Amino acid sequence: MRRGDYTWAYLMIAPTMLGTLLFHIWPVLQSVYLSFTTWNSFGNYKWSGLDNYRRMAHDAEVWSSLGNTVVFTLITVPVGLALSTIAAVLLNQKIRGIPVYRTLYFLPVITMPAAIAMVWKWLYNGDFGLLNELLGLFSSAKVQWLTNPGLALYSTAAVAVWSAIGYNMIIILSGLQGIPSHLYEAASMDGAGGMRKFFSITLPMLSPTFFFLSVISIISTLQTFELVFMMIGANSPVIGRTQTIVYDFFKYAFLMNDKGYATSIAMLLFAIILVVTVIQFRVQKKWVHYE
Amino acid sequence: MKKGMSLLLLCLIIILTACSQSGGGNGATSGTSGNGGSSNAGSNKPVTLRYGIWDENQAPAMKQIAAKFNETHPNITVNVEITPFDQYFQKLETSAAGNSMPDVFWMNPANFPKFASNDQLLPLSDYIASNNIDMNNYPKPLVDFFTYQDKVYGFPKDFDTIGLWYNKQLFDEAKVPYPDGTWDWNKLLDAAKKLTDPAKGVYGIGAAVDSGQTSYYNLILQNGGYVISDDRKSMGYDKPEAAQALQFWYDLIHKYKVSPTIAQMTDTTPESLFESGKLAMYTTGSWEAVAFNNTDLIKDKVDVAPLPQMVKKATIINGLGNVAAKNGKHTAEAWEFLKFLGSKEAAEIMGSTGTVIPAFNGTQDLWVKSMPNYKLQVFIDALSYAVNYPISMDFRSIQQTDTEQLTKAFSGQIPLPDALKAMTEKDNAMLAAEKG
Repeated sequence: MRRGDYTWAYLMIAPTMLGTLLFHIWPVLQSVYLSFTTWNSFGNYKWSGLDNYRRMAHDAEVWSSLGNTVVFTLITVPVGLALSTIAAVLLNQKIRGIPVYRTLYFLPVITMPAAIAMVWKWLYNGDFGLLNELLGLFSSAKVQWLTNPGLALYSTAAVAVWSAIGYNMIIILSGLQGIPSHLYEAASMDGAGGMRKFFSITLPMLSPTFFFLSVISIISTLQTFELVFMMIGANSPVIGRTQTIVYDFFKYAFLMNDKGYATSIAMLLFAIILVVTVIQFRVQKKWVHYE
Repeated sequence: MKKGMSLLLLCLIIILTACSQSGGGNGATSGTSGNGGSSNAGSNKPVTLRYGIWDENQAPAMKQIAAKFNETHPNITVNVEITPFDQYFQKLETSAAGNSMPDVFWMNPANFPKFASNDQLLPLSDYIASNNIDMNNYPKPLVDFFTYQDKVYGFPKDFDTIGLWYNKQLFDEAKVPYPDGTWDWNKLLDAAKKLTDPAKGVYGIGAAVDSGQTSYYNLILQNGGYVISDDRKSMGYDKPEAAQALQFWYDLIHKYKVSPTIAQMTDTTPESLFESGKLAMYTTGSWEAVAFNNTDLIKDKVDVAPLPQMVKKATIINGLGNVAAKNGKHTAEAWEFLKFLGSKEAAEIMGSTGTVIPAFNGTQDLWVKSMPNYKLQVFIDALSYAVNYPISMDFRSIQQTDTEQLTKAFSGQIPLPDALKAMTEKDNAMLAAEKG
């Protein structure tokens, strides 16, 4: 390329870069600064050094929220990916009305999370919920899906899985359709069965897709908030057993009016996501096959 | 290259238009502020005031009042701006920091000290004196709510007290006489036992702890205790009066089993349980009257009685006020509108639309008569033993802590005395850290 072309290139991306700097990078830097401050009302804050971080180190609530978030992620991401793969493989067949099924699976993705939470909250209702109504056909026990401290986190995770399947499925589906058919034909010649083909061809060929999806879903699951906020809520007896790290951030920023501390919690999450993602990129060399 | 050139031009045009737009915006604002500087109550320059409120239900009445005001003040137009309550104070605080608060807006007692002590509100005492306005037109607790360091900052708009709502149909079926002003909590307990029918999922009363105002605050006060001390330096939860009152509320769930559990009331709010005929009695505020009256399912099945008493009668009173921004651009016009909002005429518009109890003395009757199917006079009579809603500089954070601890205790995760101890310690620490 000629020298002049670079100038043009930079000019072309300048508007986007300016926007990114102004609306993404600058707030991040500001947040780093704000996490070292203590807030009073009306936007007044003062420098308080490492106070917030010291407080966080001894805050049992933050650590238990972190624990909840990790458990939530460890359930949601693998289960979600496994179920999405099954759905994608099934929907990659030649059956009648396939677009209808694909649409049905994808619907939760384009539904507002708040609406999803409200509907599931109603399904999960201990006294009048549809789920317990169905279970009532077999037994008389009423399950407190969202208010039993041992169960609520898993009930919430189930909804997270349900609403993530559609998106993952579409990505995996496109990955499946990108696998050259001659590989399967060759395998058939060698006498491989359906299962053998799936594990020896499909899964390895999908590994770049899985890598992308696992990075994306771990990042988004670590930031889970709206399901907990809408389905459990600040006044629930089980909030302590279900609150995630972003919920903690929300609580301190908006319920307790303690924005400096809230920002330091956000910084903790930022650090965790950064480390996890770096590790994922390091480890991918061992299991991701690029053609 | 030619193509690149035209693209660049396009970008430049877009950037320039964006800039000129924001430039134009700035110009417009500085223009109006120029007007504001020179304007006074006597000038007739057209002025637009922003009036911030949070209740959609009351918007029609507020717009009616604004239109009425415009008839006598043709140069002042009032725009009603609605922000949902959950975001209202958050937004107000942010706009205060950015110097763009509405000119006139609603304020509640819990948030008032914070705004007044941070010098965000227009002091009204001088205006009130020079206009010979009698603050005895309003119930005294309401005037006190909007007084800070002996200066009045707001006109009381409306108030609410707490009553015992009950389902007449459930009472008839259980052959229990309706509650009345003579009841104490023992009598309520007897009735609740008769009304509870676990097989049908019907309970006597809902002992929820998500809102102190509609529940345990009242019991603590009735038992001779206090929620917050008069000097606002400590909470009264560790006093025996408070502990006893909360223990009674707790026993309704765990000992007598006449209330749904906290888990049940989390899945389905006590309000929904009451509205669907699963709760026979429900302590809540006067503001629910209009909601019940609009719900066909229970409209004619429910009524209201005074709260039962413990060692004495007591109910929490809370209320709203209209205030103006101190740094507003049209404070003279804002005062004119405030004066009208505080007038009998405005109160009558509010009362006859039936949404809230107007604060102006003598206009409460209009509200009582707007829903003759309920004994609404109960809420007005309660004024004689009403106690002010507890407040401090940042009471919202304290309430958050209280709800958290009490929910843990009432759902059986920690013993109640432990929760009371933790609440008192945490709250008192927060009170000590509050300024002003």
